[in-house]
Amino acid sequence: MTAILVQLDRLLDFFGLPDLIHYTLFNGIKIIIVLLPLIITVAYFTYAERKIIGFMQNRLGPNRVGWGGLLQPFADVIKMLLKEVLIPSNSNRFLFLLAPVLSLTTALAAWAVVPFDNEFVIADIDAGLLYILAVTSLGVYGVILAGWASNSKYAFLGAMRSAAQIIAYEIAMGFALVGVLMASGSLNLGNIVEAQAGTSVLNWFVWPLFPLFLVYFISGVAETNRAPFDVAEGESEIVAGFHVEYSGIAFGLFFLGEYANMILITALTTLFFFGGWLSPFSEVSALEGSFLSEPSFAWLALKMSFFMFCFLWFRATFPRYRYDQIMRLGWKVFIPITIVWIVVEGIMVVAKVGPWSV
Amino acid sequence: MITSFLFYAFSLILVLAALGVITSRNPVHSALFLVLSFVQSALLWLLLEAEFLAVVLILVYVGAVMVLFLFVVMMLDVGIEEVKEGFTRYLPVGVLVAIIVVAEIVYIIWYRGQDIFSVVLPEPYPETYSNTQALGGLLYTEHVYAFELAAVILLLAIVAAISLTMRQRPGLKIQSIAQQVAVKREDRVRLVKVDPSEDR
Repeated sequence: MTAILVQLDRLLDFFGLPDLIHYTLFNGIKIIIVLLPLIITVAYFTYAERKIIGFMQNRLGPNRVGWGGLLQPFADVIKMLLKEVLIPSNSNRFLFLLAPVLSLTTALAAWAVVPFDNEFVIADIDAGLLYILAVTSLGVYGVILAGWASNSKYAFLGAMRSAAQIIAYEIAMGFALVGVLMASGSLNLGNIVEAQAGTSVLNWFVWPLFPLFLVYFISGVAETNRAPFDVAEGESEIVAGFHVEYSGIAFGLFFLGEYANMILITALTTLFFFGGWLSPFSEVSALEGSFLSEPSFAWLALKMSFFMFCFLWFRATFPRYRYDQIMRLGWKVFIPITIVWIVVEGIMVVAKVGPWSV
Repeated sequence: MITSFLFYAFSLILVLAALGVITSRNPVHSALFLVLSFVQSALLWLLLEAEFLAVVLILVYVGAVMVLFLFVVMMLDVGIEEVKEGFTRYLPVGVLVAIIVVAEIVYIIWYRGQDIFSVVLPEPYPETYSNTQALGGLLYTEHVYAFELAAVILLLAIVAAISLTMRQRPGLKIQSIAQQVAVKREDRVRLVKVDPSEDR
């Protein structure tokens, strides 16, 4: 990947373009390299969801379009593109159309600082972790505006639920990341992964920060409005929640944003707690020199797939939380856990216990 | 060149958004314009290489404070006519405040910046400079007491806010989860010995 980028840089140099155009083109191509596979992953994630949940419920899932249903995502996309986007009467037209765009852009913008291996990242910035927190916290605007602009009570209820829920879980998420920050001593995502490199799997932050990992991942599920925290949609209570009035590709954008956010949460969990692209067998002598002991993007993808599977697994397993229980879990359980563990971690850092002591 | 172009573009949008906050007829639109102006000022800070402050502005004000603001504004459904009623009544006070503020700004610019047009832009920092690290270093060494004091005051505010809202009317039929969890078998189940031979 890096070799290709170097060649591309040379090619652009060859044309002798001005610096501004050169960098715009170069970064544009980098963005496409990230976004195109991401969108295809989203498409096949929806397929995997329907298949896996189907199998868990002893059904077959989609199997009509293509081989074993493999073309189903494309059929869905074409269907959505061809449907009419209805705009409810007395709704706020501009905000109604802005909401899905906002929800998708924030979901995609966060990928700018996510490193895929030790070299490839779109923007290698210092405050990457803060940037991620800031951008993901903007995602709630899509939901709130959709609910308000729809001029529908169900959509409005969904938006209100979502706003309160996301604010509650963001705090727990931020505190969990403070733990990661203390352990790695850096806000740069690449450095956070490098800080977990070492002799064995025991160097990954998941072991010393296990409670923070649980809090982070569960808050991630809640932040993306996924089951069992999907009260913002809550189809058995408020039809489809904030996107009840949306049709066609406007709904499709919400869908895309939600799945891109889910994949982002899995990527971040992997980077923060499971050593990102590092190999779990880096010091196993039997595998010395083989690709299994090398850090590579494949490891990141493998670890991400496991967490993506967890998202689907949760959805097929747990019943939806009641709203007051969601609030109780966020404020009274997760936040105290994270605060206590940050204090414990502070003591560990001072006493030089744990993987960061070396 | 590009920097100054971006500066003027962001400032223009910032001023227009700020105007939108006070002129738009719908309170939700006003709140959204405020969000836009926060984002623009964050971008201006980014131009000054103050990336920590920029990101924190977005994280705290746009991501949390304004969401709650919107929440309240949407829930209350403020009528624009009621707001407009007070306009002429408060106009003299508003004009007075505006004049004072403008006079102060003009005075400061006149007094401190006699040669303001010769001021050059600050030199860009070297690539190794990290605004976050610099701020953290200052906050935790030189200003550590002020920092801790601010943290304690904030904690006090949180406790105060919570204790203000912690009113429990007697007779409310809400579920108490602690009580539910603490239930023992003996409270709910009673084993009854029934003599099968006894006939009614």
